[in-house]
Order: sequence, then structure tokens, then C-alpha cells
Amino acid sequence: MKTQNNRAWFFVLPVLLLVAFNALIPMMTVVNYSVQETFGDNLFFWEGLTWFEQILRSERFHAALGRQFLFTGLILAIEVPLGIIIALSMPRKGFWVPVCLVTMALPMLIPWNVVGAMWNIFTLPDIGLLGYFMNNTLGIEYNMTRSPLAAWITIITMDVWHWTSLVVLLTYAGLVSIPDAYYQAAKIDGASSWSVFRYIQLPKLKQVLTIAILLRFMDSFNIYTEPFVLTGGGPGNSTTLLSIDLVKIALGQFDLGPAAAMSLIYFAITLLVSWLFYTLMTKDDAK
Amino acid sequence: MRKRNLIPILYILFLMLPIYWLVAMSFKTTNEILAGFSLFPQTWTLENYAVIFTDPSWYWGYINSILYVSINTVISVCVALPAAYAFSRYSFLGDKQLFFWLLTNRMAPAAVFALPFFQLYSAIGLFDTHLAVALAHCLFNIPLAVWILEGFMGGVPKELDETAYVDGYSFPRFFVTIFLPTIKAGVGVAAFFCFMFSWVELLLAKTLTAVAAKPIAATMTKTASSAGYELGLLAAAGTLTIIPGAIVIYFVRNYIAKGFALGRV
Repeated sequence: MKTQNNRAWFFVLPVLLLVAFNALIPMMTVVNYSVQETFGDNLFFWEGLTWFEQILRSERFHAALGRQFLFTGLILAIEVPLGIIIALSMPRKGFWVPVCLVTMALPMLIPWNVVGAMWNIFTLPDIGLLGYFMNNTLGIEYNMTRSPLAAWITIITMDVWHWTSLVVLLTYAGLVSIPDAYYQAAKIDGASSWSVFRYIQLPKLKQVLTIAILLRFMDSFNIYTEPFVLTGGGPGNSTTLLSIDLVKIALGQFDLGPAAAMSLIYFAITLLVSWLFYTLMTKDDAK
Repeated sequence: MRKRNLIPILYILFLMLPIYWLVAMSFKTTNEILAGFSLFPQTWTLENYAVIFTDPSWYWGYINSILYVSINTVISVCVALPAAYAFSRYSFLGDKQLFFWLLTNRMAPAAVFALPFFQLYSAIGLFDTHLAVALAHCLFNIPLAVWILEGFMGGVPKELDETAYVDGYSFPRFFVTIFLPTIKAGVGVAAFFCFMFSWVELLLAKTLTAVAAKPIAATMTKTASSAGYELGLLAAAGTLTIIPGAIVIYFVRNYIAKGFALGRV
């Protein structure tokens, strides 16, 4: 039981101040822009909710949002099961454990634009390893700058390469925390490996999987640098995800009002989905 | 048993392929790269690395990145420690709301904040300093550090605190001499995560710097567009950015799995 103590606020104060400085002031700036029109020279005119209506009705926003959900849905559908399978087949003890963990964590520590640049070099049609292999050895036409399908397959593969390890490491941490006694009991009962997974491992993994899916949802929904470096949103607009579109509007066209309104809608969607998901996954614990 | 090992081996192979290609590329001459496909470098060259280590605009990029990442890690962990202690030991007015609000900052797309951050840090005169990037990265690193440390602290029984107080320890002395050593794995993991997310983030780091504090990764983007397409040089710089990450993972290798679960297993 935790002690009731309101002086604990003093412990939290430095965190509160630093994060509030970084979060509230920029957020207020965004709110400010979202209800005004500017023609430069620091002249602003009240616009009310015009930008919000415009964004919510715009085809371009719907298209980018659709692509974003498609991307996030696909990578979750691939990374979560794949991560669980890999974690289940990893060794639990011995020399190979740290080797596996370190090599698997490596992609996550590479700066995001280097990840993009690396995959660019890897997939170049004539001089990249993958590009050369596809085009010249297998004879499959593969060029990211021309075919939207190839671009999509590449950004999905890149994300799987980059982040599946997060799911693996989380699942692995959950698996090693299950006491041996559980498995022995299952063995005595003659349980199949599927029922061991379904009734022993999966329930124990619920918490770590919640963290994994939440983190993967938030990060993939906000993804910017890697696809930007790799495809630049192209060919055409086929891989223009929400963040890329947002930066195009804000810094490319300098339409601050619509960009700010879009930011807020974007943030609200992320918050809503994360909150829904979190509540659904932790509902049973409260009982 | 054999078949089971195949899956991690294949997965690691898949992870290593693009990295191998980047490293191989960095040892090739520009002529060789442009001449066509070769699985291994035909003529090994260190020219690309020589450029990076002799040109100040390159190696300063490195120093800048390491500087702001270190400052950020120190700030984040230091302020997160007392906060995480408060969250794990006490209940206070608005604690749950505050915790959730902290986490929401982890959800905000960096692209949303790029322009306002630029204006904010220009206004307070910190633009193009290491401190600006370090402070900006606190936005997502502090909540994460609090989250991780709270998880680790939750695993320490409360009796430890109570016994120490009975033995006459003051709070600061208890915290530094007893509590911190108990959760040192958690501190290491939190520092690792702060390092990781500050090291890999580029959008804010690039927005907040121009020359004096420009990160290595931003120098790379500039080279890619300005100096033609010097793939070898780009690959060498990319290879070098992998090394600090590899070093810090090695240090936390024993805690890494628990760390990624944020201390919650």
C-alpha cells in the first residue's frame, strides 16, 4: 500500500517543470497557429475553426491518414506475431543468449536517418545487394523510385527490420520470468506445446505485449525520418505518411494554420487510439 | 531442437545483411561503387574514413552528437530518479493523471513540435547549442526514464525504506547509499534508453542546430544532397554512427531484456 503524501509533489517538480517547458509552450504555439491566418510579418488574423474544418474535409488528409493506418496496421500484424515466434525459439541459457540479445538490439540503436540511408544503399537497383539480387538474379522488376508497390514493400520490410527486435526483447523478458514449476506442471498433465503457449505463456506475456504494442503503435504512427530518407514520400504520394505530409505543409508550403490544425487532429488520434487500446488491454487487471 | 535454433539464426542473418552492405560499401572506392555490383570490396580503401577523421565538419558532428546525448542522459536520469521514487512509494493528489500526462508526451509526433521548438529555443537564445537539443530531447526521454525507473523501484520492497528509517538514516543518505545501489540495474537501463532515443532522433536535433551543435546524422543528409552522391563517404559515416550504440548495448547486455520490458516483469 502506498503512503498518502502530498509533499511527494516536490520530488516530481523538476520533471514537471522540464517537461511542461518542452510540451506546453510549443503546444500552445501550435494551438495559437491553428486558429489564425498569417501572411508573414507576424501579422495574424483570427480564423476560428476554419482550418480544422478544412483539414477534416480534405481528401489529402484522408488519404494520408488512410496510408498511415495501413502502414501501422501492417507492421503491427507482422512484427507482433513474428516477434513472439522468434522469442519462443530463442535459447534461454548459455553463451548464445547475450549474443542474440546484443545483435538483435543493434538495429534500434542506429540513427533513424542512417537506417533510411542504409536501406537506400541496400535496395539501389544496380548496386544495392537486395536490388541487384531481385533484378539480376531473380529477374523480378524491383525499383522503389518507380513502383509504389515496391516502395511499400521496402518501407514495411525496413520497419520490420528496425523494430521487430523490440517485440522480441519484451516477449523474451516476459518468457524468462515464468517459473520452471509452471512448465513441469504442464508436462505432468501432458499438455501439448500449443496449450503450454495458450494457457501458460500467453497470459504471462500480456503485460509486456501491451507495452510492446503500445510502443510500436505510437512510434510507427509518428514515423517520419526513415521513410522520408528512403522514399521521400514517393513515388508520387504513395508513401506520404501523416508526418511526412505534415512537414510538407508546415515547412514546404509554410501553411502554418492548416499544419497546426492538422498537428492537433493527428495528436488527438494518436492519444485516442493509445488510450482505447491501453484501457482494453488492462481492463481485466482492474477486476 | 535444431529446427528451433534456425529461426533466430535466420532472423539475425536478416538483421545483419543491410548492415553488412553498409560496412562493405564504406570500404569501397567511389569508382568501384559506381562501376557496378560487387559482393566484397575489390580494392579495400580507408579513404572514406580518412575524410571523416580529418575534416572538422565531419568529426565535429560526432563530438556534437555525443555531447548533447550525454547532457540529455544526465539531466533525464537525475530528475527522473526522485520523481520515479515519488510515483512508486507515495500516492498524492493527481498522481495518476500526472503519470498519464507524462506518457502522452511520448506519443506526440516530433514533426508537430519541430517549428514551435525552433521558435521557443531561438527566443530564449539557446538555438544552435548542445543544451537546446539536450533539453528538447527531455520531452520524450524524461517520461520514459520515469516509467522505467518506476518499474524497477516497484520491485524493491517497501520494508527496505522503513528499516533504513528505523536505523536512523536520513532520506538523502538512505537514497544515495542504500536505495540507488539496489536499483543500479534500473539506472543503467534508464540511462541506456535515454542515450538510445537521443542518439537516434534527428528531426528535432536538426531543427535546433545550424553549425555549432550540428549532429553527425545531419551532416550526412547534407552531404548526400550537396556533394553529388558520395555513397562511400555516406556509408563510412553511417558505419561510424553504429559504433556508439554497439558499445552501450554491450554494457547493459545482462539487463537488456528486462530493461526493454521497462522493469515490469
